[in-house]
Amino acid sequence: MKKLLLLVLFVLVTLVTYAGGYRVSVQGQRAMAMGHTGVAVVNSAELVFFNPAGLVYLENKLNVSVGASGIFTDVIFQNEDLGISYETDSSVGTPLNLYGSYRVNDWMSVGLGVYTPYGSEVTWPTDWAGSHLVNNIDLAAIYIQPVVSFKISDYFSIGGGPIYVIGSVNFNRNLSRTLSDIDGNRSNVTVEDSGVTKWGWSVGAMFNPTENLRLGFNYRSEIIVEVEGGEATFSNLPNSTAVPLTNGTTTFDAALPLPAELTVGLSYEYNKWVFAFDYNRQFWGVYKSLDIDFGSTPTGPDSVNPRNYKDSSAYRLGLQYQATDKITLRAGYYRDESPVQAGFFAPETPRNDSDGFTGGLSYAITPKLAIDASFFYLKFKEVDASYDHYKENGQEVPFGGTYKSSAFAPGLGLTYKM
Amino acid sequence: MTRKNIKYFAILALGLIACEPEFDTPIDGAEVYVSGKLDLSNYVALGNSLTAGYADGALYITGQENSYPNILAQQFKLAGGGEFMQPLMADNTGGALLGGNQILDNRFVLVFDDKGKPVGPAVYTGAKPTTDVSNKLTGSFNNMGVPGAKSYHLAAPGYGNVAGVQAGLANPYFARFASSSETTVIADAVAQKPTFFSLWIGNNDILSYATSGGVGEDHNVTGNLVPSTYGSNDITNNNVFASVYSDLVKALAVNGTEGVLLDIPDITSAPFFTTVPFAPLNPLDPSFAAQIPTLNATYAGLNMAFTALGVPERAIQFSATTASAVVIKDESLTDITAGLTVALGGAFGPLAPIVAAQYGQARQAKSSDLLTLRSSGVIGKVNTARVAELIGMGVPKETAGQLSVNGLTLPLEDKYVLIPEEQTAIKIAQDSYNATIKAVAGANGLAFVSAKSLLLQVAETGVSFDGGVVTSTFASGGGFSLDGVHPTPRGHALVANALLEALEETYEAKFPRVNIGNYGTVTANNEVN
Repeated sequence: MKKLLLLVLFVLVTLVTYAGGYRVSVQGQRAMAMGHTGVAVVNSAELVFFNPAGLVYLENKLNVSVGASGIFTDVIFQNEDLGISYETDSSVGTPLNLYGSYRVNDWMSVGLGVYTPYGSEVTWPTDWAGSHLVNNIDLAAIYIQPVVSFKISDYFSIGGGPIYVIGSVNFNRNLSRTLSDIDGNRSNVTVEDSGVTKWGWSVGAMFNPTENLRLGFNYRSEIIVEVEGGEATFSNLPNSTAVPLTNGTTTFDAALPLPAELTVGLSYEYNKWVFAFDYNRQFWGVYKSLDIDFGSTPTGPDSVNPRNYKDSSAYRLGLQYQATDKITLRAGYYRDESPVQAGFFAPETPRNDSDGFTGGLSYAITPKLAIDASFFYLKFKEVDASYDHYKENGQEVPFGGTYKSSAFAPGLGLTYKM
Repeated sequence: MTRKNIKYFAILALGLIACEPEFDTPIDGAEVYVSGKLDLSNYVALGNSLTAGYADGALYITGQENSYPNILAQQFKLAGGGEFMQPLMADNTGGALLGGNQILDNRFVLVFDDKGKPVGPAVYTGAKPTTDVSNKLTGSFNNMGVPGAKSYHLAAPGYGNVAGVQAGLANPYFARFASSSETTVIADAVAQKPTFFSLWIGNNDILSYATSGGVGEDHNVTGNLVPSTYGSNDITNNNVFASVYSDLVKALAVNGTEGVLLDIPDITSAPFFTTVPFAPLNPLDPSFAAQIPTLNATYAGLNMAFTALGVPERAIQFSATTASAVVIKDESLTDITAGLTVALGGAFGPLAPIVAAQYGQARQAKSSDLLTLRSSGVIGKVNTARVAELIGMGVPKETAGQLSVNGLTLPLEDKYVLIPEEQTAIKIAQDSYNATIKAVAGANGLAFVSAKSLLLQVAETGVSFDGGVVTSTFASGGGFSLDGVHPTPRGHALVANALLEALEETYEAKFPRVNIGNYGTVTANNEVN
């Protein structure tokens, strides 16, 4: 009963987060449950993502962690002056992660990870008031990463490896606030591409000054996904030479940065408890503008959408408690700062600062196999914000109102060790 | 484990419900918007084409959807407003059929050239009209705007009788939804037991006189008080308007029903009368420049005759350096055909009476004359009907052609020009109607909106919004559709905001406004023959 109470308390008290921009911080069930900390936590093969340097300190020869979360996100918008309100179609994202590590010898381990750290799925009602900015967007990037980890000593290790990214995008918006065909159907464009690939890398280090304390460092490189010759489809254009576009398909070029991320953190073990703290620095400053150049028009980018993101930080706290031989409880909290600056709040990634509350547990079915469960709830403050850089006849036309978002993600996974 | 799991998932489920985002003050919550003293559950709008959402010379679905009453009704929904039904047309082509034959023209669209430059409006021919006015719609409609209706038509029995449409005795638009062939617009409106109404009527009582260039009769002059005897282009007598209007409001405001009245804007606010300048003949246009010496040489003789006959002010002269005024027929001038016939006898011989008749009331236009939008299509063009007429009178073919260039050699007909006397007649009526409307609003405690002031503002300074400025400049200003008289959706949005403001002031209500930048203007399309 006491344990049950403890469990309930854990779940209730726990707070966790997501991350700003289109970063989705759900890269491991165990880490997720602890506020997505992990750069200095040696616990499972999730280290492939969090800090490959730590893999050599795992007790077992073979470690496998697989998991998936269902992310339920909701964004609501209203503008009191205009009496309008909209809600995104509650989208369910399903980030997957799959990690494995194998100890080759006493000083070297190798690993492989497949994870989805970036993505965004937002669907507003078609032709809503902000449809000239976005009707719907679906971004996804799958990272595939082999890593190697070297133990320099019992106190220090390093690790890292190349990252192969496979990205896809599907984005639809109306061409302006009013352009339509003779029947009033709004003129719009969909840009779509998949299987866009690019290489990047990550590197990490771990330092264990005492038996109970670990310090971690991890850096994942910036990867700029470049779409060349993607498919752009125009619909409902007026049958007129007033616009230099025609219905149908053309090509487009665009580039979207997946920013670099630096993490430093520590973990401390005390009896049945583990405490972890991570600091993330996300280098969103690279995302200056989303420019789309359509193939059917001769020169220059046809759609220039300033973003002007700034670098941002996340602060993460996690706690683990070994309740019984079989049950491990986890909880966490994080504060995630938005990279979006005032006047650049675009409804395609409506993220302001948020607080994340996380929790979860592992249940060891056998000594080798455990079920991991996690959840997080991301709480956003209600925010009055606008995007002021949409241009109509050379004039900037702001679009804004009050936004409020939330995200909730339960996840399940399996950890196998041998 | 099992027991714990159940708890765990129960809490998970709770979390799912709790995470739905919600605003501190959601706009659909109580007290954000209020109807004040109004009951908006059944709003009925009465009026003419402006109320119906007629635009671009036709009634079509998107125009109706963007009519100011429908915009209002959508805003009302946040403050207790009910459903708002409109007698929607069958398509966006505009135009209409009667028993399969087209009786109303399709809408105008704006045509662009290969370089993306606007050429001008033209009738859309990309699709055939599919609305047959003999197909009776079922049910009653909140938007009872009837294009073409004058004040007294709203109380005219049989105005919606489809059998009378062909002969011009009934209105094709009202015929679609009139509850019976004998009913009146006002009777069908009152039968719906409106809880709130708007009335914007009287425009056509002067407008059809104006758009026809003043060819009709002014019943403030004739003193005819029987509207059933009026022609379609006549000015309604002020007393007739006052009496009809008071009766309409009395019927609507029965049992204290609240409403809003709108007055009549100046015709000079509309691009139909402001687009074509009185002096449109540009010497930089090579085809016109080439004709100037010949024209002046020819008119020199006529000008001498004018002087000899004591009307030297009628002299006609074209400038080689600045824009020249067109030649018009001013029916208010003394007809000097007889004198001219004598004076021109030497130069024109047997043709003198014909030439004299052509210039008996001619003069060049002045800045006080208003040329209608329709004149832009005829100025400088050879009037083939006149050529044939002249040839029939025995004029040699070449001379007939020379005498038949609209606005250059052939004075523009009355229907293309509103001369100051006609403008005065219109203004007298408009001022009287507007005084009536304002007085009736005051007497009944109803809200009042001066559409006249609003459109004057659009015409004089423009109204700025987040994407620019709405003006009454033809085609590009954003306020007026391609017929030059009726508003665009953006113009309707502007009217709707003005109405919301008046309702808030009069009835202690609070409503959200619309952003006029979200409403479209004219439609670009090149599907024209």
